[in-house]
Amino acid sequence: MTDSKYFTTTKKGEIFELKSELNNDKKEKKKEAVKKVIASMTVGKDVSALFPDVVNCMQTDNLELKKLVYLYLMNYAKSQPDMAIMAVNTFVKDCEDPNPLIRALAVRTMGCIRVDKITEYLCEPLRKCLKDEDPYVRKTAAVCVAKLYDINSSMVEDQGFLDQLKDLLSDSNPMVVANAVAALSEINESSSSGSPLVEMTPQTVNKLLTALNECTEWGQVFILDSLANYSPRDEREAQSTCERITPRLAHANAAVVLSAVKVLMKFMEMLPSDSEFVTSLTKKLAPPLVTLLSSEPEVQYVALRNINLIVQKRPDILKHEMKVFFVKYNDPIYVKLEKLDIMIRLASQANVAQVLSELKEYATEVDVDFVRKAVRAIGRCAIKVEQSAERCVSTLLDLIQTKVNYVVQEAIVVIKDIFRKYPNKYESIISTLCENLDTLDEPEARASMIWIIGEYAERIDNADELLESFLEGFADENSQVQLQLLTAIVKLFLKRPSDTQELVQQVLSLATQDSDNPDLRDRGFIYWRLLSTDPAAAKEVVLAEKPLISEETDLLEPTLLDELICHISSLASVYHKPPSAFVEGRAGIRKSLPASARAGSEGVESTESQAAPAVIPAQDSLIGDLLSMDIGGPTVAPVAAAPAAPFGSAAMDLLGGGLDTLLGETSSSPAPPSALAASSAALLGDIFGAPAASATYVAPKTTWLPAEKGKGLDISGSFVRRNGQLFMDLTFSNKAMQPMLGFAIQFNKNSFGITPASPLQVQSPLPPGVAADASLPLATTGPVQKMEPLTTLQVAVKNNVDVMYFACQIPMHALFVEDGQMDKRVFLATWKEIPAQNEVQYTITNVMHSADTVVSRMQQNNVFTIAKRNVEGQDMLYQSLKLTNGIWVLNELKIQPGNPNITLSLKSRTPNVAEGVFQAYDNILHG
Amino acid sequence: MEKHWKSVISRSVCDYFFDHQRKASSPEDIPPVIATPHHYLISVYRSSMFFVAVCTTEVAPLFVVEFLHRVVDTFEDYFSECTESIIKEHYVVVYELLDEMLDNGFPLATESNILKELIKPPNILRTIANTVTGKSNVSSTLPSGQLSNIPWRRTGVKYTNNEAYFDMIEEVDAIIDKSGSTVCAEIQGYIDCCIKLSGMPDLSLSFVNPRLFDDVSFHPCVRFKRWESERVLSFIPPDGNFRLMSYHIGSQSIVAIPVYVRHSLCLRESGSGGRLDITLGPKQTLGRTIENVVLEIPMPKSVLNCGLVTNQGKYTFDPVSKLLVWEVGRIDVTKLPNIRGTISLQSGSPPVEANPSINVKFTINQLAVSGLKVNRLDMYGEKYKPFKGVKYITKAGKFQVRM
Repeated sequence: MTDSKYFTTTKKGEIFELKSELNNDKKEKKKEAVKKVIASMTVGKDVSALFPDVVNCMQTDNLELKKLVYLYLMNYAKSQPDMAIMAVNTFVKDCEDPNPLIRALAVRTMGCIRVDKITEYLCEPLRKCLKDEDPYVRKTAAVCVAKLYDINSSMVEDQGFLDQLKDLLSDSNPMVVANAVAALSEINESSSSGSPLVEMTPQTVNKLLTALNECTEWGQVFILDSLANYSPRDEREAQSTCERITPRLAHANAAVVLSAVKVLMKFMEMLPSDSEFVTSLTKKLAPPLVTLLSSEPEVQYVALRNINLIVQKRPDILKHEMKVFFVKYNDPIYVKLEKLDIMIRLASQANVAQVLSELKEYATEVDVDFVRKAVRAIGRCAIKVEQSAERCVSTLLDLIQTKVNYVVQEAIVVIKDIFRKYPNKYESIISTLCENLDTLDEPEARASMIWIIGEYAERIDNADELLESFLEGFADENSQVQLQLLTAIVKLFLKRPSDTQELVQQVLSLATQDSDNPDLRDRGFIYWRLLSTDPAAAKEVVLAEKPLISEETDLLEPTLLDELICHISSLASVYHKPPSAFVEGRAGIRKSLPASARAGSEGVESTESQAAPAVIPAQDSLIGDLLSMDIGGPTVAPVAAAPAAPFGSAAMDLLGGGLDTLLGETSSSPAPPSALAASSAALLGDIFGAPAASATYVAPKTTWLPAEKGKGLDISGSFVRRNGQLFMDLTFSNKAMQPMLGFAIQFNKNSFGITPASPLQVQSPLPPGVAADASLPLATTGPVQKMEPLTTLQVAVKNNVDVMYFACQIPMHALFVEDGQMDKRVFLATWKEIPAQNEVQYTITNVMHSADTVVSRMQQNNVFTIAKRNVEGQDMLYQSLKLTNGIWVLNELKIQPGNPNITLSLKSRTPNVAEGVFQAYDNILHG
Repeated sequence: MEKHWKSVISRSVCDYFFDHQRKASSPEDIPPVIATPHHYLISVYRSSMFFVAVCTTEVAPLFVVEFLHRVVDTFEDYFSECTESIIKEHYVVVYELLDEMLDNGFPLATESNILKELIKPPNILRTIANTVTGKSNVSSTLPSGQLSNIPWRRTGVKYTNNEAYFDMIEEVDAIIDKSGSTVCAEIQGYIDCCIKLSGMPDLSLSFVNPRLFDDVSFHPCVRFKRWESERVLSFIPPDGNFRLMSYHIGSQSIVAIPVYVRHSLCLRESGSGGRLDITLGPKQTLGRTIENVVLEIPMPKSVLNCGLVTNQGKYTFDPVSKLLVWEVGRIDVTKLPNIRGTISLQSGSPPVEANPSINVKFTINQLAVSGLKVNRLDMYGEKYKPFKGVKYITKAGKFQVRM
């Protein structure tokens, strides 16, 4: 006798029949009927009409029947809220039942009934159950609080359930603790304010660690996840916590292992990387990760996505474990692709031979996607490990010999990249490549092949014929191929002008007259003009040296990587996106790695203090950035890559400013409205007045780039705050003999994430001997990198002459924001909270102001006075200010009447801003 | 079949899953995590069924995957197998189980020992008894072990024959390349126990050579501290069958490969088609025989049929899936198993460059290929003398030979 028979009743009038059965006196009959009802519900039939009859069966001492009725209730209560009230009485009664199982069941079910009216009645029983003598009931009730919070958050807060829940954290039963942690972390995540409701203290952490050893595997996951949100106070605490968590790595449950890895990865940041403990921990992390790879494919997949992150953060952990990532032929495709990715990341000189022979093996498999990725991987190997390049190339050649269409095409695409990384090294293989010209049918492969022909036209005897053959079907080609073909033929012409004139004319006319692709037409016109006005210049432009392509193009940005490390084991780590990017309705508490205790004392942005080398990026990468060229991208745009050579201005007119636009990027495009508004606001300020403009301290412009260094361009400037917006005021003076044009500006990553908010607007062309002012609105949303000193900003300015680099200092006061006023109580609390060692004292000498003028002066510069007191004849001022990156600084000023020296005490969580703030004070009070 | 723990989500989310299912070439290839506009579908594929969990918020996918696997394990434990019809047949128990296992997204009881006390597994005898007596299979009391410090063991266990059996199973995962050299090899080992001991026995198991382990993961009952300090497994076992530990050997030690495969495969379209010749032989088996040997070769698509002769065992070739299976049986050292013959290819198809891999399955009894040995098993806490037994088995895991 099995339950499947319940699925087979499909008679008419079934509901009616069930109704009468439900009202049957016999218990057995009743139970059978409820089972039938549930069966219908399971297959999707609407049995909500039976609601009252089913609820009637609720008052029973048969536990199985009760469970079934509860199941029914959970499904249908929402659609019948009025009826659901009928059940409340039984629930309340059940909550007092002597059997803990029934009490727990009742409180559990009540939480699942998402009807507002019921939740009102839920409070009393829940309160009781939270203090129940039986841990089983307590742990169920803990979960119920989270459910209730989801339905009605304000009620939970009002009724004090949160405090009760916090009390449960110190429960004697580890399971109760685990459930309370789980409930609290869920509440924290869904809380509307976005800030955690419960702060973790070392005491709670200690309790959690104790419970960790005793609770179930699922509880361990919850505890570990919430530990990951905790930042230990110092190195010692981090280390001891790590020590207590390490045993979890040997757990049979993969979720526990991965959560433990997350906590360890995060806390490891705080420890000095050269310490013995970190070294041994690194060793301990590898085996469990490897073991995850021998479990079910689903687990493997998630583990691999996480390993991908871990390998990027700490390549040391798995550097010896290359072999476990070798692909088995019957791995699911999603596992194969991930393994391949990690193999490349781990490839190094030591293991590259092994990797290559594996990759070659994969390149002959059947699965097309996988094979393509494998071929690409060989190319990446060549670019990453220089010593292996030769072998990679020969492997690729072998693969081309197989003549398997997609393998050949993929190989040609990667060979193009290898040529760009190691120019003039492997050109001998070009002839082999040319043999496969006819088989190429994918645009990317065709474009790559054409690029190769154009680039090495002088070595390919029949380059003109080859390119001509492509030209026949020019109109049908993908635009990527068309552009490449145009460039390649122009290159060919510049290298062998004698016999290819016809060809180049043909392609130029095709591009400029017959095409309706604006990019193609523009490029065609430029080449045309270049070639007709000055072939020598054309040569310089088209055949210019190209920057080498970088090693790994698909690494995650360090800030994102650090954030994702905090999300190991979660969905975010599978998608490699921060949760705010895909989870709906999240207030988004962005997590960041804790700074190492040592670096933290000097780091501004905790996430960055580790990974921020404060050097000017290599020249070529900066140029690359400035010209916004996609270095790793498939299309190569040699025109843009070449530094623009000076031209006679007569040629410009022909193009009607077109060339101008191209070379100057944005300088002559209409100003975006925001910039206009900003500058007009500044103008208004000038007209109306002096008050606003003069009150805010503005440092006099200083020369940032002297003319002798700027090839005739002299730049001076200063930073200013106007109407809540940060500006960089610049004066460009042209001290050279010819007009300058095409100005563009770019900043290196800096401590405060300052970037231009709109393109640089400067008079263009700038005639010789003329100076022009420009005001550049700035945003503080750019990438952050800690600089030394903190306020350094490295700037690159480009014009038609060259790219110039200089560094300047951002005066701190320009970074004080308008909402820097702290509430009095918050101020007090924060002042106390910040440890004394973060306090820095300065003396500002020679100030001839009374306390009141100081207050008003500082106020105008966004330093807000919170309180003023007079102690023993001294005026004490308490002031607060906030920097653009959200760092609060609290100040205390001691002013003695008659004494020109003022004592300034600064307190901030990041004490290294202190020096800058002091400078700002000094400037403002003397300005 | 659906069960909601939080808000009710319409069935239509499954459509996204079905979309992916249609796109994937085989059921194994569906990605385990699928994003839909509002939900995340996390699925596992077991015994030709998909178990899909729908989540609305950021969760740990492994947590869900592990849980789903646990659910399936429990079903298998309860109903001895887990198929669509079985689940339909026992849907009430299934609901009850799911109800006990998860609450509001938090797993409750997942230990089968505990679950079995809460909900009795169905069997015919009990069903009849229940109908007669009107009892249900739902226990009305709280299981005692649930909240104790050893939640995995129920109290009051009694046996007349006290037994403890340990199966040491080692699976060899390896990739062997064309020339017969090992590309990579590792051992995945498990210690599965069947322990039927009365009362609260406290066991400790020690090994002759515990240094072998690269990585271990334990059942929660194992005291980790003892292991760290003395390399001894000390534990109060759950009742019945469970996996005590699993371990991994490979990165540091050299793994012995117990079998070799000599093969030649030629898939060229000459007059007689392709040729295949495979010989198997033992290697590093310490004198044990290799049994249950099966070779599976997924042939390229262009293969039409095989005309092969074996000196031992049977072979089958499925012309649809192109899978060649040779059931060898045991390997006799004096007469090595061999299969040879011709392969007919589709005419006109392009030459096949990629040779397939051979998937080898085998078992070797009485041998743990890593050399791991149990030293002794002691019992404390109870007075009786239990019957103890240890069995070693070596199996092929993912053992692949490239041709």
